[in-house]
Formats: sequence, C-alpha cells, structure tokens
Amino acid sequence: MTSVPVTTEKAPTGVVRRFLSRRASWVPVFAAVVLLVVIFAAAQAYFGNILTPRVISALLLDNAYLFILAVGMTFVILTGGIDLSVGAVMAFTGMFGASLMRDGMPSAAVVPIMLLLGAAFGLAIGVLVQYFDVQPFIASLAAMFAARGLAFMVSLDSIKVEDGAILWLQSTRLQAGVGSWYITPTGIIALLVVLVGALVLAFTRFGRTIYAIGGSEQSARLMGLPVVRTKLLAYVVSGVCAGLAGVVFTAYTGASYPLNGIGTELDTIAAVVIGGTLLTGGSGYVVGSMIGVFVYGTIKTVISFLGADQSWTRISIGALLLMFVVVQRVIVARSNRR
Amino acid sequence: MKKILRHRMFWPVIALLALIVLNTIARPSFISITVQNGQLYGALIDILRNSAPLMLVSLGMMIVIATRGIDLSVGAIMAVSGAVALTIIADSPSPDDLGTVLVAILVGVLVSLLLGIWNGFLVAVVGVQPIIATLVLMLAGRGVALLITGGFITTINSAPYKFMAQGYVIGLPFAFFVSIAAIVIVALIERRTALGVLTEAVGINPEASRLAGVRARGIIWGAYAASGVLAGFAGILYTSNIMAADANAAGLYIELYAILAVVLGGTSLAGGKFTVAGTVVGVFTIETLRSTILFLGVPSAVAPLFLAIVVVIVVLVQSQRLRGAVAKLAQALRPKKPEVAR
Repeated sequence: MTSVPVTTEKAPTGVVRRFLSRRASWVPVFAAVVLLVVIFAAAQAYFGNILTPRVISALLLDNAYLFILAVGMTFVILTGGIDLSVGAVMAFTGMFGASLMRDGMPSAAVVPIMLLLGAAFGLAIGVLVQYFDVQPFIASLAAMFAARGLAFMVSLDSIKVEDGAILWLQSTRLQAGVGSWYITPTGIIALLVVLVGALVLAFTRFGRTIYAIGGSEQSARLMGLPVVRTKLLAYVVSGVCAGLAGVVFTAYTGASYPLNGIGTELDTIAAVVIGGTLLTGGSGYVVGSMIGVFVYGTIKTVISFLGADQSWTRISIGALLLMFVVVQRVIVARSNRR
Repeated sequence: MKKILRHRMFWPVIALLALIVLNTIARPSFISITVQNGQLYGALIDILRNSAPLMLVSLGMMIVIATRGIDLSVGAIMAVSGAVALTIIADSPSPDDLGTVLVAILVGVLVSLLLGIWNGFLVAVVGVQPIIATLVLMLAGRGVALLITGGFITTINSAPYKFMAQGYVIGLPFAFFVSIAAIVIVALIERRTALGVLTEAVGINPEASRLAGVRARGIIWGAYAASGVLAGFAGILYTSNIMAADANAAGLYIELYAILAVVLGGTSLAGGKFTVAGTVVGVFTIETLRSTILFLGVPSAVAPLFLAIVVVIVVLVQSQRLRGAVAKLAQALRPKKPEVAR
C-alpha cells in the first residue's frame, strides 16, 4: 500500500484507520449504526422509557413489512436500478388476497398466489427494463400505476380478513426471555427475509453477480456473467418481497385497503439509502437496509412519543436522507481520488 | 408523406387526435362548444383550463429532463407554494384586495424559486443524483406544507385569487392564457437564444460540453430553479381552482404525470434533445385521457391503471427492439402479398 499523505483531516488511531480502509464499503453501514445509537441514546435521555422491551419489540412488529420491502429494494438498487412499485404491489396483493379469502379460499392457497402476483409484477418490470431498454424508473412507475389501479379495481373499500392463519401471524406474541420481550410470526418472517437476503447476496453466485452488475454492467457482461437473467431475477426478488409484504401488512392491519402503502416506496428507498447502499449500485448490504428501517421506525416512534405532528417524520427522514446522500458523495469522491 | 411519418411529432399528435376522435364518437357533445354570456363552455374548454397546472409543471420538467435530470419534488413544491400563498391571504385583513393577492402570489413563487435553487444546488454543486436530490424535497416538502397550514386545509374567499383559475378573458379561461404565456416564454428563451442548444449539449454529454466551454453547472442549476418557479405558479393555479390549500392532495402524482407528458411528447428521459411543442401535445393528451376516463364512469381511483397501459404502450413504441421487430415483420410480410392476392 502506498501511503497517501492526508493533511487536512485529523489522524485517527492506526487500528481504526486500517479497519476502515479495509472495510470501506461497510463505512456507511457503521455510520447508520452510529446514527441509530445516537437517536436511541438521545431519546432515552429525553424520555427515559424508550429503551424498554415493549417499545423495541413493537419496532420490529410495526415495521415488519418495511424490512421485507427494503430487502427486495436492496437487490434492485444494487444492480443500479430502482423499483417504485413496491408500495402499490403490496397494496394490490393484499387486496387480491383478502378478496380471495373473503370468497372462502384457504390461506394456504392464497399466500402462494399473492407471492406469485408480486413475482409477476417484478418480472414485468424486469422484462421492460432488460429487453425494451425502458429506464427502471419509468418501468416501475408504470407497474406502480397498474398495481394501484388494480387494487382499486378489486374493491374501493377495505376488505376485512377473518382467516385464522393470517391473523395468527400477527396476534401471536411469542414471549422471550425476561421482561416483556416478544416477537410475532410476522417479525420472524421479516428477520428470516433479512437473513436469507444477506446470505444470498454474500455467498451465492447470483448475489455476487448482482454486485458485479452494479459495479459495471459492461464488465459483468464481458466477463460472461449472466447479466440478463440476474437483472430479471433481482426485480422478481423485489416483486416477491412486495407480495410477502402484502401478506404481512394484511395480517398487521387485519384488513386490506387499496390506499395502503402510498409513499411506502419512498420510505423504503430512504431506508435503503440511509442503510448505506449506493444508489449507483454495486455497493451496499441487506444488513445496512435493516439498520435503515430501524432508524426510520425509531424516528417515527420518537415523534409519536413527542406527540408532534407525524409530518415531522417525513421531514426528518428527508433531512437524514440528504445527510447520508451527501456523506455517500464524499465517500465516493474520496475513493475515486485514490 | 414519408417525411411526415418520420417527423418526431407525428405519433404524439396522432395519439391526441385519436383520443379526441374516439371521444367525439362516444359522445358527440365532447367536441361542441357553447357560448354563454360571451364565455365559451365545453369539454374541450375544460381540458384547456384544467391542463394549466400540468402544463406549467411539464414545461419545467422538460427542461430538467433535457439536462439528464429529473425533478420529483414538483408536487411538493406546488403544495408549499399554495400553502404559503393561501396562508398569507387568509391572515390578511383584506383578502379581496388585489395587492394582497399579488403579494401572496409573489411570496409563494419566491419560496418555490428557493426550493428549486436548493434542488439545483444539490444536483449541480454537490453532485447528488437528481432522483435522490429531489426525492429529499419530495419527502420533506409536503411535511413543510402541512406545517405551514397547521395540518388543516386552509380555505379562503378572495375574488382576485379565484379569478386566476376560474375567470374568463375574452371568452377563454384565464388559466389557458397562463399556459400560453408559459409556453411562449419557455419557447422564446430556449429556442430563440442559445440556452436551448446549450441545455441539450449538457444533456447529451455533460463532460464533453464542459470541455467545450459550456457552463454545465449553471445551466443545470438554472433548469431546477426554472422547474421550481413553474411548479410554484402551478401550485397557485391549483389552489385558486379549489380555493383551498390541501397539503396532502395538492399536486399529488403530478410529477409522474409531468414526466409522462414530457416522454409522450417525444423527449427522451436519457436527456438531450427536447421539444416544447411535443410536451404541449403530451400534456393535452394526458388531460384528454383523464377526461375520457372520467366520462367512461371509471372510478377515478382506477384511472392509474389506464395511465399505466398508456405508459407501457408509449415506452414500447419508443423502444428500438420493438421497432426493429415490427420493421422485420413488415419486410417479411411484403413479399408474401402477391401470394395472398392470388
């Protein structure tokens, strides 16, 4: 390693610097963790009752759908794309599933159908992007419009879900350890999705190809990697995640409403970016996205603790997004200089 | 004939004409224009009037897209400018005073200009991706608008303010003249000065244009500022139409409609060449489509589905692969024709 004289910044201790330079792509994730800790510490100091098992358990429960969406979004963003349709697809699959269950279909058949629907939307976006050179932004926008319209076509009003198995996902509180720690099956699903997503990206050929495409699609193609198949699959993953989020969100609210998840795509993207995934693709981690969702959920909780208007959630998420994007710019600019 | 077919305005105009013809067949009253008290009424006039906010936003969006950018925050900016203007009027002792209204409009548009400059700063100076830079404001802007109105829907009574969206001048809606003014100003600045060419140069290749001495940074910055100002005026028009500032509903999805209008008009999202006339046609197409959907009795909530179908058709028509396939198909069919005749 050649030593580059760094003059302007104060020198951190050698260990830290070596660690950071080896794990440069993890730096944004660490930044998100630090942010999360700071928010928790500040909230704890101010309220004194944020760090309770109940509040933290609720954090996982309330944002289970967002964890799942964020995992799918991470796959797409890593390839350098974007998926704006996730919120609408979540609403549509939820509505469609709820209407099927209302007509007496067993949930064991409905849930696979919902996942397949999500996959179909993902595949449609992927085909438009890959074969017809449509920008991911526009292709997923069309899917978003279509899914939102279809959701209203199923029903203009909310559909109540009375299926036992679906409601069980939400109502079961598995007590764990001392205090009132608990986790619901939806929370377990969310954590499983995060785990599987992280493992797939880190250790499978598919996952490594996604990073390669995000780094440089041209190079990936020249290396003989299956670019077309992988990109299609990334959108399908996002679609399936949106379908699964539809299941979880339906369980969470106990009903489906066609207006569910408006703006969720933006929350998801914000969480992924805060979690350190570069929007240009090629760098980021599912674990980071999980941290990002935790940051989002914590801010929401803090704002409701404050009793402030919920519009502050959006404002603070916007501000955080800005901060992280600027930090990302600085990181990219510095790594380019090296 | 071939020249007409090849012209890039051909398909957008055909789409608009087809929509109008279909509407006229479905309901002959669509094309009729009646005169009452020297004012024109009719479905077409409604389209001219209702399209004004989208027209302003789309013109701004077109300039931004030409620089290879995108502005997602226009809806939020509309909400903010409307909220600011209406709050000023609601708090003033004389809401019917022309001076109050002018001040309110001026402040609302100035705030929008600031927001546009902020977007431009992020994109041109900090170098953030346009989608994300404007996403920040899209997220935060509505929250700010909600704070301005205190979470309520501010309603006002002000005759001069109402006039902007609902008044008539020489038989035509005033809002239409606002559209025309915006179109003319944008067209003059972009097409009668070098600015348009420079904007296209930046969009086609930012690096090359910078090396050629084009001040890419200033041009990109200016594009976002212009988009902000136009969105600000659109917000004023929108609130003037319903005489209320609804921070949640104002300009909802308008960024998507505007992007769609620009793309429909034949401007590529990849930046570079743009056409003012195409965007105008695109806006009218979308507004006609919306009116059609309403007429069909489709619940307005389902309307996005139709837009999705239109978007998919448009992007497919624009895609090289499909054009190639169609051309091949046409060639394959041509020699067979004599056989069919026999």
